[in-house]
Amino acid sequence: MFMTLLMSVAIVSAISLFLALLMVIADATIGNYGDVMITVNDDKKLTVKGGQPLLKALNGEGIFIPSACGGRGSCGLCKVKVTAGGGQYLPTELPWISDAEKAEHIRLSCQFKVKSDVSIEIPEELFNVKQFTARIERLRDLTHDIKEVRLALIDPPVIEMTAGQFIQFQVPEYELTEEPVYRAYSMASVPSDTGHVELEIRLVPNGICTTYVHKYLKEGDEVLLNGPYGEFYLRDTERPLICIAGGSGMAPLKSILLDMAEKGSTRKAQYFFGARSKRDLFLVEEMRELEKRLPGFTFIPALSEPAEEDNWDGAVGLITDIVAQQAQDASEAEAYLCGSPGMIDACVKVLTGLGVPEDRIYYDKFA
Amino acid sequence: MNSAYYPIAVFFAAIFTNNILLTNYLGMCSFLSVSRELKTSVGLGIAVTFVMASTTVLNWLAYTYILIPFGLFYLRYIVFIIIIAAFVQLVEMIIERTSEGLYAALGIFLPLITVNCAILGVSLFMVIRDYSLLTSFFFGLGSGLGWFLAILAMAGIRQKLVKAKVPAGLEGAGITLIIAGIMALAFMGFSGMITIS
Repeated sequence: MFMTLLMSVAIVSAISLFLALLMVIADATIGNYGDVMITVNDDKKLTVKGGQPLLKALNGEGIFIPSACGGRGSCGLCKVKVTAGGGQYLPTELPWISDAEKAEHIRLSCQFKVKSDVSIEIPEELFNVKQFTARIERLRDLTHDIKEVRLALIDPPVIEMTAGQFIQFQVPEYELTEEPVYRAYSMASVPSDTGHVELEIRLVPNGICTTYVHKYLKEGDEVLLNGPYGEFYLRDTERPLICIAGGSGMAPLKSILLDMAEKGSTRKAQYFFGARSKRDLFLVEEMRELEKRLPGFTFIPALSEPAEEDNWDGAVGLITDIVAQQAQDASEAEAYLCGSPGMIDACVKVLTGLGVPEDRIYYDKFA
Repeated sequence: MNSAYYPIAVFFAAIFTNNILLTNYLGMCSFLSVSRELKTSVGLGIAVTFVMASTTVLNWLAYTYILIPFGLFYLRYIVFIIIIAAFVQLVEMIIERTSEGLYAALGIFLPLITVNCAILGVSLFMVIRDYSLLTSFFFGLGSGLGWFLAILAMAGIRQKLVKAKVPAGLEGAGITLIIAGIMALAFMGFSGMITIS
């Protein structure tokens, strides 16, 4: 009896040991691709252990490629252009890659394993992108449908951002979504406040992220963010500024203006903010405060349909008309726009009509 | 039983009358999840066939030359599963290293079937039915081809099914299980053609 017991343990152990040994040897010989070199944007050279997925290899080197599923190949977000050393597409990549992307050698980096030296191209801005854990420090209603979300960063505790950039907010799975999804929001906070991020999120009926933020999120909750991203930042010139925003398009411009105030900028700046009626208008006092701190700054809120009880004595009309009437030094100016695609297109038309060259009009479109 | 044709009989029986998937309902998980497209199901089918044929042989050897002499046949479950897992892992590594094309077509499916119950099932049936080494090999090969046939048929049906109106509650796994049931009924038509113990 005892002997049988001992024997069975010994046999199973011996077989397992043999197989484990086999695996260890295989891992060290067949599975060992040695160190390989990843050349990023023809410039940066990274030496990583071969055989691992590109996403993981880059992650290990501190380059964060946005991915919603965490490398399971089910979200299709972590696309990277592989310019040399790519090889064949795997069946697990193909559902996510269009023919046009195939022609450009775009691969799904969580599936593509680095087995030999490769060259890849990724947008410069991704070098600074990190994933953040953050706690909801404060939720505040700015209007009946816009919430300000103030986040305290936990890990890493600081963010290096340029005013005007955006961040991706991860919505975990809940009623409206079966898997985590990411949505981009501009940061309204000032870059010098490195430990916090502020977002302004407008409720969109049935919007996956906006519903989550408005109906489910509570103060103290922990969320995941990644970023910063985006080319929407103040160009370093002395040109006068024409800023135009509507709704939650306030966020990046607020960040830019606060940053200017901190740096003591004296640039001339007009900020046109369009809303329907007074109940859609917010942060007016903060903007008036900024007018005192920024010598060249004027805030011009305009209502398109002021309600009778609003007692509105400011500008009335569509934002495009107000800009056409009141914009100054347009031919010299730089324009910064943030809002819905419809608003942006209309404003670009008005601004070019006023003489602002198109290459000096910068915007963030919210689709 | 002792006829020279016995292995061949077992081979065909494993494909048609005793189809591992449609009569024993083993290997369901990957059958349900990977049968959406013909192309991927071909890859998975080939992988299953290859692994079944090879692991039956390996497991037969381990069973006959290690477990039986020591009187440890009750350890077959655990021994079979670790042999299958190690073998699949090893084959995947070799394919990944040697052939990019083969890896794209076949290797990528191997991790999916490491814990496929049909593969363990085939090894256990072979032991229960007391097959010889040659018969075991044909049994494994036949079972793999039978599984391949079943998933191929299912993928073909599901590609057509995309255009059909399926009641909301039955979408996905629900309707697939119903179809698998009807396919199993159809395969019953083969029964009696060949009988194996």
